[in-house]
Amino acid sequence: MRFTIADLKKGEKGIITDSSSEDIPLKLLEMGCLPGNEVHLLQLAPFSDPMYLNVNDSFLAIRKETAGLIIIEKVNG
Amino acid sequence: MGKQLNVALIGNPNTGKTSVFNALTGLNQKVGNYPGVTVDKKQGVCKLSRGVKANVLDLPGTYSLNASSLDENVVIELLLNKNDKDYPDVALIVSDVETLKRNLLLFTQIKDLKIPTILVINMSDLMQRKGIELDIKFLETKLHTKIALVSTRKNTGIEELKQLIEGFKTISIETCLDTTLIDKDYFQSLQKAFPNQDIYKLWLVITQDANFGKITRQELDISRFKTKSNQELKRLQQKEAIKRYQFINNILKDGQTIDRSKATGLRSKLDRILIHKVWGYVIFFLVLLTIFQAIYDWATLPMDLIDTNFASLAEWVKNSFPGGGKVTDLVAEGVISGIGGIVIFIPQIAFLFLFISILEESGYMSRVVFLMDRVMRRYGLSGKSLVPLISGTACAIPAVMATRNIENWKERLITILVVPFTTCSARLPVYLIIIALVIPEGSIIGLSYQALTLMALYLLGFGMAIFSAYVLDRVLKTKHKTFFVVEMPNYKLPLLKNVIITVIEKTKTFVIEAGKIILAISVILWVMASYGPGDKFYNAESYVKHASVNQSTNEYNDQIAAFKLEHSYIGIVGKTIEPLIKPLGYDWKVGIGLVASFAAREVFVGTLATIYSVGSAGEGENIETIKTKMANETYADGTKVFTLASGISLLLFYAFAMQCMSTLAIVRRETKTWKWPILQLLGMTAIAYVCALIAFQILK
Repeated sequence: MRFTIADLKKGEKGIITDSSSEDIPLKLLEMGCLPGNEVHLLQLAPFSDPMYLNVNDSFLAIRKETAGLIIIEKVNG
Repeated sequence: MGKQLNVALIGNPNTGKTSVFNALTGLNQKVGNYPGVTVDKKQGVCKLSRGVKANVLDLPGTYSLNASSLDENVVIELLLNKNDKDYPDVALIVSDVETLKRNLLLFTQIKDLKIPTILVINMSDLMQRKGIELDIKFLETKLHTKIALVSTRKNTGIEELKQLIEGFKTISIETCLDTTLIDKDYFQSLQKAFPNQDIYKLWLVITQDANFGKITRQELDISRFKTKSNQELKRLQQKEAIKRYQFINNILKDGQTIDRSKATGLRSKLDRILIHKVWGYVIFFLVLLTIFQAIYDWATLPMDLIDTNFASLAEWVKNSFPGGGKVTDLVAEGVISGIGGIVIFIPQIAFLFLFISILEESGYMSRVVFLMDRVMRRYGLSGKSLVPLISGTACAIPAVMATRNIENWKERLITILVVPFTTCSARLPVYLIIIALVIPEGSIIGLSYQALTLMALYLLGFGMAIFSAYVLDRVLKTKHKTFFVVEMPNYKLPLLKNVIITVIEKTKTFVIEAGKIILAISVILWVMASYGPGDKFYNAESYVKHASVNQSTNEYNDQIAAFKLEHSYIGIVGKTIEPLIKPLGYDWKVGIGLVASFAAREVFVGTLATIYSVGSAGEGENIETIKTKMANETYADGTKVFTLASGISLLLFYAFAMQCMSTLAIVRRETKTWKWPILQLLGMTAIAYVCALIAFQILK
């Protein structure tokens, strides 16, 4: 199954494998949402939207629809 | 006098760039505008040694040179245009210690434009606590730059930074990245076509063109190089980001060590409470309550003080220069009360910005955005729209100014447009008198009808704001794709200096920008009320007969004043619009009140007081007098003017109509065009008219 950041639960981590979708804002890529970087989902607002992440030493909040475009591999533990 | 040298401050938002700017320039700064865009241009002067002065420009915060907002576009337009008078001799990239990696992305981009660049690492006093070590010499060599470690909090490193600025000529302009590595074939052919241009600059021109349609100062004809689709260009931009991070990671691997166990204690502890699904909202509610209390309550003391002082000043001018005639009157009643009408808002504005800048500086504001985004998004607003909407209940002016924090232009514009619907404090005196007049006393389950009506009016205002936001969101088209990426900065104690500078700057902006328009309109309204076209205005005494011998001089004078007002220009306007407002249930006297209310709503009660000849009234004890007079006011056929129908209609009109020139002036200032305030004026007033009309026709 294909995982995206939107599938992460609070506290879980993943490694980005693909962030080439057209609709991902360039800004997000430049802040470090690039393949190979680890994403840590820190917290969720009610209805799991927006999502609060740590990636590439940046702390960001993004909307769930954007998070659903960034493909990851789940990291266990 | 040496040559002025230009320094540009560039950096990510939340890195303390403005703190560095404040530390370099102190209060020697001014805020201007970039032509044609709603972006503030902050400039200041920094004194270096030997009388050399540096002209420091604080550019809008940006994460990279690929602009995604108009603010960021300002940065790139300046850096691409060597002929701009502000083109920097040296650029300072401000980074904080913890986000060095991300800030270096922007740093390498600026370096590749071959601008001498100094890397300023702020908050260096926190390095030890955060477990970060930097090998400065190593980094300077690898990045071909000079590094200044500063702490604006502890005020260290600023002198060293000034020395580096002065010696900018010794800074290497070697690039960090070989741009051609992104796509060899494409960039080689590009370089061949423009052999005299920087390859990175060419690349930026091409990609900005893709992002923004066209950049205004086009010195290069790159049209024949549009060989790639926007999609391909974006892929190359992503590749660029990857290449840059490879370069940066390689350097940081040896130049920076981080002990991560020390890193994020405070953040996670505070986040656990402040954005908790329940407590987060409770705390936010309490914060709002405090702000509301401050602008509603604490500000009244200085406001009353200002009010009384201006009133006595006007009185003093009148009494001291009795020979001045009309000139004295103009100064006392037009100019001084006009200025008073501006100055009176200062306490509210200062309080609001005191709180907002504390919330911003501490990092809390981003948490509010996080909490509220989902709710507000449904109505085309942003999480950040909430603070302006709430402050609007005190006064729309500081609220409109507070929308500055919303980065997304469309969401900001919608917030500005709907804020005046919220029930501001100026509507309160009008509501109180009309409610007292037409809503019967009595209560239902312990709640008085009058109090319920007042509450309903507050809810109505807020509901209308949300509803119009919803409509505007569907109607307004924007050029840029909107997206939502919010950085969650570290929590920190706000710097007093920054807070004070923000408060002073915002207040000054209001007084100067909105002030001139308010003053002008006050004078016009005064002239309209003080002059009339005919004999009836100038010889009122010969038309108004003494009602009886016993009538006091005061009563007689009040009658004269009312007669004069009726025949002044503003009275004539009132009579002219009477056919228009008749269907709403108002007579020409209310019409005058409505017209005068466009200066400011609270004028309504005072104007009615004059019209109903209680002249010297207005303060507390005389409200009853006005009320009685209004209650007894009848049309020629004996029917009452103020009934439940006309009262409700009037309440609805005041709830929705745009009757505040100060707000219009500040909207003009914030949107840089008259288009939006005019739209607001017409749109809101039309809504008000229709609602009042329907209400009156149904209820009468």
